[in-house]
Amino acid sequence: MAHGNGHSQHGDGGHGGGHGHEHGPVLNPVFGVIGEFSDPEVLLRAAEKARSAGYKRMDAYTPFPVHGLAEAIGFDDWRVPWAVFVGGLGGAAAGWLLQYFTAVVDYPWNVGGKPLLSWPMMIPITFECTILLSAFTAVGVMLALNGLPRPYQSIFNAKNFERASQDRFFLCIESEDPKFEPNDTAAFLLSVGAEEVSEVER
Amino acid sequence: MATTKPTSSPRGAPPAAAPPPVPADAIRTRPPQQNFLEGRHNYDTITEVIGKVVLSPRPPIQWILITFLAFGLVNVLLMTITWLVLNGIGIWGNNQPVGWGFDIINFVWWIGIGHAGTLISAILLLMQQSWRNSINRFAEAMTIFAVICAGLFPLLHTGRPWVAYWMFPYPNIMGMWPQFRSPLMWDVFAVSTYALVSIIFWFIGLIPDLATLRDRAKWPVAKALYGIAGMGWTGSAKHWFRYEQAYNVLAGLSAPLVLSVHTIVSFDFAVGIVPGWHTTIFPPYFVAGAVFAGFAMVMTFGIPLRKLYGLKDFITDTHLDWMAKITLATGLIVFYGYILELFYGWYSGNVYELAVVNNRLFGPYAWAYYALLFCNGFMPQIFWSRKARYNTFWLLTVSMAVNVGMWLERFVIIPVSLHRDYLPSSWGMYSPTVFDWSMFIGTMGLFTFLMFLFIKFLPMINIFEMKELLYRYTHRPRNGHQVEDGSAITVEAQRPAEVGAAAKGAH
Repeated sequence: MAHGNGHSQHGDGGHGGGHGHEHGPVLNPVFGVIGEFSDPEVLLRAAEKARSAGYKRMDAYTPFPVHGLAEAIGFDDWRVPWAVFVGGLGGAAAGWLLQYFTAVVDYPWNVGGKPLLSWPMMIPITFECTILLSAFTAVGVMLALNGLPRPYQSIFNAKNFERASQDRFFLCIESEDPKFEPNDTAAFLLSVGAEEVSEVER
Repeated sequence: MATTKPTSSPRGAPPAAAPPPVPADAIRTRPPQQNFLEGRHNYDTITEVIGKVVLSPRPPIQWILITFLAFGLVNVLLMTITWLVLNGIGIWGNNQPVGWGFDIINFVWWIGIGHAGTLISAILLLMQQSWRNSINRFAEAMTIFAVICAGLFPLLHTGRPWVAYWMFPYPNIMGMWPQFRSPLMWDVFAVSTYALVSIIFWFIGLIPDLATLRDRAKWPVAKALYGIAGMGWTGSAKHWFRYEQAYNVLAGLSAPLVLSVHTIVSFDFAVGIVPGWHTTIFPPYFVAGAVFAGFAMVMTFGIPLRKLYGLKDFITDTHLDWMAKITLATGLIVFYGYILELFYGWYSGNVYELAVVNNRLFGPYAWAYYALLFCNGFMPQIFWSRKARYNTFWLLTVSMAVNVGMWLERFVIIPVSLHRDYLPSSWGMYSPTVFDWSMFIGTMGLFTFLMFLFIKFLPMINIFEMKELLYRYTHRPRNGHQVEDGSAITVEAQRPAEVGAAAKGAH
């Protein structure tokens, strides 16, 4: 498992306006500065430039997955596939043990002198349990790591943000970033091709 | 997702491999099999054309008529089920020697229809076939609704559906456990896993589109409902990253799952010793038949829908052409299965197997066998003609024939194998009762009703994947990224006037 940097693991799980901040000593009223783009290619380049300019805490918002964008903002997280692997092993074990326990231990039933542990007959259900648990793990872990469902998020305060699910592309540099300074960051976003830049309230 | 295709080794592809830029008017010169998105579209018109079906306040009159007609049939189904639960399954035509009648025929038929949805969404995704993008959503919906219809039959065939939970393993005061060595028990696990995985796969695919509808809906109630269902999706790059991981994993899981489901359904027969059932060809033959039936049903629904809602830019003639080719290919596999069944009967040298073959060809139900050969063997051969694959009439005619043919196939396998037992004294004829028919027609109504509700309330074409397809068709190679081919579709996000024109032109 590779993680791009220390923050990326929890990049959107714990910093985006969760309960941690409500009780914390510092509450920055500004969530970040957001730039709006019309072209995913320009956004991709802008994100790369922001990274090389030293920004670390940012996120991009696009109506469809843009390949290479997660890489560009320095995000890398392979916990979902690993969790699925573990979930699949768990499913296989559960399916097998269920049949072993019921057919051999708890309810041994002699049918025509055949062995109690007639393992080839146990493969289909073991297989189905593997798939079922893997699939639930994939979805559950993906949603949990993404912090969903969460109806309110600070990013929704961004200007024009309803178009992030339609035809516009956004790059938000968050106020948590050590290098964040509202005016400079806004100027930076304009310089890398943002058509409009605005502040996002928390 | 499909976009990962050109960049499976993004930094490694040589820049020299990038194709030369194609002029914008090149749409006519491209080979037709590349047109999976037609017309002039940008990101906004895609959202507009697909979202409009859901968000426009008044559905077309055809939608209202069909939905009400289907709702009438749903009531027929409900009345049949009520009468069935009150009286028991004696109201059906199955009895000795034919213990499996319409209930099992329809179960297998419906399950098979569902399989195309998973094939399109999972296997074609893994094979990086971008043509799946516009048909996967409603094919997945078909899967779920078909599984619902399928599940009703064995559930009610148990005779006491209110204790159907006995089939699940739970510690109980009877001190018993289910018999896990039985294919019927495997069926319980396979079909319920299939239903659950199909539902989550479909729902995960819907989340970004629900967010799009949330942001586009004007009516506050719709906005709130789509907002809740969309789970607060923002389109964050981090979220997309994990989303694609999970979606690809789900596809990877669904592909073997769908093969296992119909394999296990075929074990219901093949593990038994009934002559005509006890053959090793059953699993692949059933799976091919399922895909065959499923694609026919996708076309049966898809062709009228794309016309009704003006979606020909997304479900293009090329899509229909390719679906017809898959129907032809799987049809040939199925036909090979029919030939092998005859061969097995002859090669076994077993008098009972030979009797089944003889009975199929010349027995009292021979008409069903010949009708089956006509529908599944002869009719798909029309698709060898390119003209027929581009002709709506032939596409629909052959699809309907295949729908009927696949039902007849199960009829030939199930009652025709059962109705002449080993001893002539236990021979009998099977005739379905009015309740068999009302139940069957009722599930067709339920399927249509659910499909039409789905079309009205959820986007029937995957919006974000269509945008992704557009992005792939239009973006220029950079850093050694290689695009699939040149750009034939113009993106003009900056010109609102043309956006409106394109949206109108697409109707």
